[in-house]
Amino acid sequence: MVLIDDRELELLINDVFEYHGFDFSGYSRASLKRRVDRLIHLDGFKNFGELLYKVRTEPDYFKHMVEEITVNVTEMFRDPLFYKVLRNEILPIIGTKPFIRIWHAGCSTGEEVYSMAILLKEANLLHKSLLYATDINGLVLDVAKKGIFPLHMMKQYSENYMVSGGKKDFSHYYTANYGYAKFGEDLSEKMVFSQHNLVSDGSFNEFDLILCRNVLIYFDKELQEKALVLFDDSLAKLGYLALGTKETIKFSPLQMRFKQVDREKLWKKIL
Amino acid sequence: MEKDTVTPRCKVLLIGGSAGSLEVLIKILPRLTAIPTFAIVIIVHRKSSEDSTLEELIAAKTTLPVKDVEDKVVLEPGNIYVAPSDYHLLFEKNNLLSLDTSEKVNYSRPSIDVSFESAADAFGPEVAAILLSGANSDGTHGLAEIREAGGIVVIQDPESAEIPFMPRNALENVAANYILDVEGILRYIQSL
Ligand SMILES: C[S@@+](CC[C@H](N)C(=O)[O-])C[C@H]1O[C@@H](n2cnc3c(N)ncnc32)[C@H](O)[C@@H]1O
Repeated sequence: MVLIDDRELELLINDVFEYHGFDFSGYSRASLKRRVDRLIHLDGFKNFGELLYKVRTEPDYFKHMVEEITVNVTEMFRDPLFYKVLRNEILPIIGTKPFIRIWHAGCSTGEEVYSMAILLKEANLLHKSLLYATDINGLVLDVAKKGIFPLHMMKQYSENYMVSGGKKDFSHYYTANYGYAKFGEDLSEKMVFSQHNLVSDGSFNEFDLILCRNVLIYFDKELQEKALVLFDDSLAKLGYLALGTKETIKFSPLQMRFKQVDREKLWKKIL
Repeated sequence: MEKDTVTPRCKVLLIGGSAGSLEVLIKILPRLTAIPTFAIVIIVHRKSSEDSTLEELIAAKTTLPVKDVEDKVVLEPGNIYVAPSDYHLLFEKNNLLSLDTSEKVNYSRPSIDVSFESAADAFGPEVAAILLSGANSDGTHGLAEIREAGGIVVIQDPESAEIPFMPRNALENVAANYILDVEGILRYIQSL
């Protein structure tokens, strides 16, 4: 199996920026290196040079590379207790607004967005909400737009849903067909999907709640800080920021502007 | 076997295990009083739903500080770190820990191979790793990379393991520096 070394990884990062304008220099090296090794293995390259040449010369291959090196693993109601807090504590507060804007940054294939739509619907808030869902990877956005997920996951999702405080029959939300579960348009009509790169794209609206879960773990501290500044700029006063269960803003000077909600990975913007 | 003079000092001791490994940890941890020159990182297979019960169990068995592993915390000597459920634990060259939710490896997340390989890449000869009891082949490949990078490979003597499959698989594929029973493992750690 071909394993790249540090110098090769930096060469790839440099060339990707030079040839395609995508900057991966702020990505966590330990994880990025594994992803590139995996790509070399998947696509059967004999050596690093072959990969580099293809990335430089074939824009379609570069696109494929971005799709493969990003980690897109996700679930509906991932960490159900987090969703329970959203359901019981956060939605009742932001629900008093005439209009609710939510941003899912790094939404992957959309499971998180559909989970949120279900919460909003059950709180009778979906009609006045807009869910912006963005990702760097265009391929996962295409999946997210369709709202079609593997049927065999539904047992797990339905359990997660119940732990999150869901009281309905989860199977009401989708129709099963050929091994897939298609979620209804009543859920997706308030979703807007678009490509957005947290490294290089700016703020595009003001939000009451931003979820960026399990995305910052792929960034080094400097890039994490940059993303946090972007979220701060994009949050309304008293808006909320949600991160993944092992992510934190405690290393950032911006933490002064936020107040953590209990011991959850949820922070309220207070300044 | 290498002499101490050619082996750089160990800065991180990795302990990997699966079924039957907790029993070993429970015997060893209470008897470790201080680890001033290195950190211990424990990677054991765990259910994805359990929250922090493993950390609590380990903390109850040791007087050493058990650090809550969040993304990008610093790896510091003296502490014990436990790979959290549902994440792979990786090592950065600047001594930070990174987490990763990529695909399971050997049906596991955290995977022992993933952490062992990452430590081998980041710290080379400054790594020592112990592979304990288990019913899965996770860990073998990681040990091979640690060995190749000049680190120390310790495998629990399968005879002393509750489930010998995992250490036996490693022994068949990797040249171990030490093959030790539970007492031996304890003495080895104390000698570091
Ligand atoms: C592990 S998924 C997280 C999905 C979901 N938020 C969750 O917690 O289940 C990480 C996502 O971040 C996206 N991502 C990585 N780098 C990004 C960037 N620079 N800008 C936007 N999204 C990015 C990846 O494409 C991937 O879909």
